[in-house]
Amino acid sequence: MITSLLGVLFDGLAYGMLLFLISVGLSVTLGLMNFINLAHGAFAMLGGYVCVLALQRWGLPFLGALPLAFVISALAGLLLERVLYRHLYHRSHLDQVLATIGLTFMAIAAASYVFGPLQQPLQVPKFLSGQVSVLGVDVNVYRGFLLAVGALLTVALTLALERTRFGAAVRAAVDKPRAAEALGIRVGLVFETTFAVGCGLAGLGGALGVQVLGLDPAFPLKFIVYFLLVVTVGGTSGIKGPLYAALLLGVFDIAGKYYVPQIGAFVIYAMMVILLVLRPQGLIGRK
Amino acid sequence: MKPGPAHRTRSSRPPLAEIVFWLVLAAGFWLWPSYLPLASQVLIAGLFALSLDLVLGYAGIVSLGHAAYFGVGAYAAGVLSKSGWGEPLSGLLVAGLCAGATGFLTSFLVVRGKDLTRLMVTTGIGLLLFELANRLTGLTGGNDGLIGMEMSPVLGAFRFDMYGKVAYGYSLAVIFALFLVMRRLVNSPFGLSLRGIRDNPARMVALGYPVHRRLIAMYTLAAVYAGVAGALLAQTTQFVGTDVLSFNRSAELMVMLIVGGTGMLYGGLAGAAVFMVAHHYLSGINPTYWQFWLGAFLIAIVMFGRGGVLGACLRLERAWRRRMSRSAAP
Amino acid sequence: MLKHQLKLLLSAASLLLAAAAPAQEPLKVGMVVEMSGPFADIGRQIMNGARAYVKAHGDVVAGRRIVLIVKDTTGMAPDVAKRQAQELITNDKVDFLAGFGLTPNALSVAPLATEAKKPMVIMNAATSIITTRSPYIARVSMTLPQVTAPLATWALNNGVKQVYTLVADYGPGIDAETQFKKTFTAGGGQIVGSLRTPPNNPEFAPFLQRIKDARPQALFIFLPQGEQPVAIMKGFAERELDKAGIKLIATGDVTEDSLIEAMGNAPLGVVTTHQYSVAHDSAQNRAFLKAYADISAGRPNFMAVGGWDGMAAIYEVAKRLEGKIDGDRAMEVLKGMKIDSPRGPIVIDPATRDVVQTIYVRRVERLKDGKLYNVEFDQVQNVKDPGK
Repeated sequence: MITSLLGVLFDGLAYGMLLFLISVGLSVTLGLMNFINLAHGAFAMLGGYVCVLALQRWGLPFLGALPLAFVISALAGLLLERVLYRHLYHRSHLDQVLATIGLTFMAIAAASYVFGPLQQPLQVPKFLSGQVSVLGVDVNVYRGFLLAVGALLTVALTLALERTRFGAAVRAAVDKPRAAEALGIRVGLVFETTFAVGCGLAGLGGALGVQVLGLDPAFPLKFIVYFLLVVTVGGTSGIKGPLYAALLLGVFDIAGKYYVPQIGAFVIYAMMVILLVLRPQGLIGRK
Repeated sequence: MKPGPAHRTRSSRPPLAEIVFWLVLAAGFWLWPSYLPLASQVLIAGLFALSLDLVLGYAGIVSLGHAAYFGVGAYAAGVLSKSGWGEPLSGLLVAGLCAGATGFLTSFLVVRGKDLTRLMVTTGIGLLLFELANRLTGLTGGNDGLIGMEMSPVLGAFRFDMYGKVAYGYSLAVIFALFLVMRRLVNSPFGLSLRGIRDNPARMVALGYPVHRRLIAMYTLAAVYAGVAGALLAQTTQFVGTDVLSFNRSAELMVMLIVGGTGMLYGGLAGAAVFMVAHHYLSGINPTYWQFWLGAFLIAIVMFGRGGVLGACLRLERAWRRRMSRSAAP
Repeated sequence: MLKHQLKLLLSAASLLLAAAAPAQEPLKVGMVVEMSGPFADIGRQIMNGARAYVKAHGDVVAGRRIVLIVKDTTGMAPDVAKRQAQELITNDKVDFLAGFGLTPNALSVAPLATEAKKPMVIMNAATSIITTRSPYIARVSMTLPQVTAPLATWALNNGVKQVYTLVADYGPGIDAETQFKKTFTAGGGQIVGSLRTPPNNPEFAPFLQRIKDARPQALFIFLPQGEQPVAIMKGFAERELDKAGIKLIATGDVTEDSLIEAMGNAPLGVVTTHQYSVAHDSAQNRAFLKAYADISAGRPNFMAVGGWDGMAAIYEVAKRLEGKIDGDRAMEVLKGMKIDSPRGPIVIDPATRDVVQTIYVRRVERLKDGKLYNVEFDQVQNVKDPGK
């Protein structure tokens, strides 16, 4: 009983951590630039495909492919920010939704054209597969890896936001962009860099997620609801909100499916509606 | 300020263009006799898009779950017909009421919060209903779809035929009637107050308008319209699948409305026509290309083409009129 | 003497006239298939199979040229499918309706086939009730119950007494679960648990964990082709359910030929039942694989075979009716028709118009070329759809 509960908790936290990794960029973008980016899933997908290519064609090891996924997605984010997103910051949310849906369609069509519509095969290295027994609980090695990477990144991000000058600049730009500009902070540069990092993280999440979520051209549309869920429930000031939201949603989704499989899928949507009605600004958010 | 017939507030004489438009549609039996099924579905999508326009263009609520009400209407009409009551018009009435009730109940969840919150709540409602339809196999037929619908002839005389003639005439008549009603409404004080709420909610509250109640009323009415559209689709195809409630349908609907232009009453219909006809021809050529160019087109509309297709047409019309009056002046 | 020469001249002249006579109207086959969206692969396989048949057998039958008119339903869209079928019938005036990868799309078109008296050949959709919806429907693919029942029997005959079932929560999944339970319990087996997973579920961890905790002898799965079989195979291996002594049995959709490479080593040893395997050893299959390779790279799967056999049926009808296609007479030809399919011999049941075929029991093995195959090692012949 307790072991199964611990097992469910573990799986749920790992799943939630994966969702967090992919969604944190979206949350920061929304909080920082008040920009609804429905194409966020496309950056995650890009990271996934880069990882698959790296493993299959370029002969890189899995752990080497992950940073590559981050870098390429970040660069893509930088490029698109210059070319497209920059022009949409001051437009209505509806316009942003529409333009990013358009971008998503283009990404899906391109992925379908280049890679074909089927699932991409991916083999994680042996040392990351299988189970180990920890305190009597059978723990999946790959999910443990996800938790570890997620925890590390969360710590790194928090430190970056709270201890570095750049982090301070980001926080200032989120709270009061004009005052920040007046103080000499180059808000435009802050936006660019943060957006790129967010996209890079999405790409990393996408690469890590292939083993758990699969990878095909429909990925952005299939999972955008989950990412938006994390961001909406988590709120947009800082990264603790989305972290708690993602972990909470992950645990409830997995627990729901384990204990009450008949209503499994309902749990996550119902939870979201309830949470949003009770706290429209998110778990940790400003009104 | 969005372009449109807003200038003619208490209009009693519709402009010539509108009259011609409906006459052309009525002449559809002769103009596009081999494409009546497509034309019927375009009209139905146009009505559905109009219902979203009420919510989005006139009341300012961004919704990606509007298919929920379309689906409720479709299943209501479907279940009614399957249970033995195949009379079409009363079926529409029942469907509209069911969808309206659903809209009313969910409106309380939707009118709170900001854009993103409302987006997620509406999406969540849509997804919940989709799961529900999938699960209640006894009632909805589940994933396989609702079969066994038997529709009685419209007005006792017109049986739904294979060529889609009756379906077209029926859809056209219903949609025309609903358009007339909506036309009166958006140009009435109620309609204008909604536009005020969309543009400046704080001021409307200060002016003493019951903003909350107005939004709920509009949302419910939009749900009724969406439900009637869903019922029309169910009745004219004699089938209901779970796709009527899908996220895809909500998302495509929004695209159609934006392509046509919001806040102009006819934008939804224009967008539905352009989108569905283009899809019909282009996806036959290469489905992957269709999606790519659709995406590019959407981005282009946002960047350059404000107000969608209809907005562009209206701008052209005004520019042309200015040229005419300038050349006419001495 | 002159009379004889005149006769010769006249017969020669009439032969020449017949040869120079204008060609007949082409024989149009309206293909209603999913060519875009999440189910695009279904349509692609069906069309490849159909086109391979036409290329291999020539596009002229009974003096008429075969033309395939393809309409894209865009996915699970019964309203679009119905509209496309209406246009095929009224505008293109097709002689046959064919294709139909998804059940709802087929169900919405059925009444049209009846009203227009057009023979409708189902090349893939697998729900039992489809053939009951119109007397003009004939199916050449399979039904889930038809494929599942022999698996339950095989399990019972091989010492499996307790099974946990896991299926996708939609029509075909429920069909499979119901049939498996029925056959398995009738033979004395015990179902220790049942799970229905949400249709678009990406994460199987909680379900697999629940199953592992229950420790059944075997796990029966059905999931539709796509990413779910890949995910569950990976999950099964990752979570070491095999090491816990749980045997994995499934319908062939889960180890489907075109998908199996994406699963790594996970599916090795899994036993499935299905009507077709790329590794099937017959002359017809070799001819099919060769013809398919001419049309498209990549592996064909059972859906491509459905396209191939559907065209074979259409060709046969055209030949027997000498090119004059009439709905009722076409159905008479289809009823009881025997087809030499790449999967093995199949028959269209005269009473139900559904396919009667051999269901093979296969095991996943890695063969000499290093690739994974479903290798047939047992079979059950003349299996009808138990759902009727």
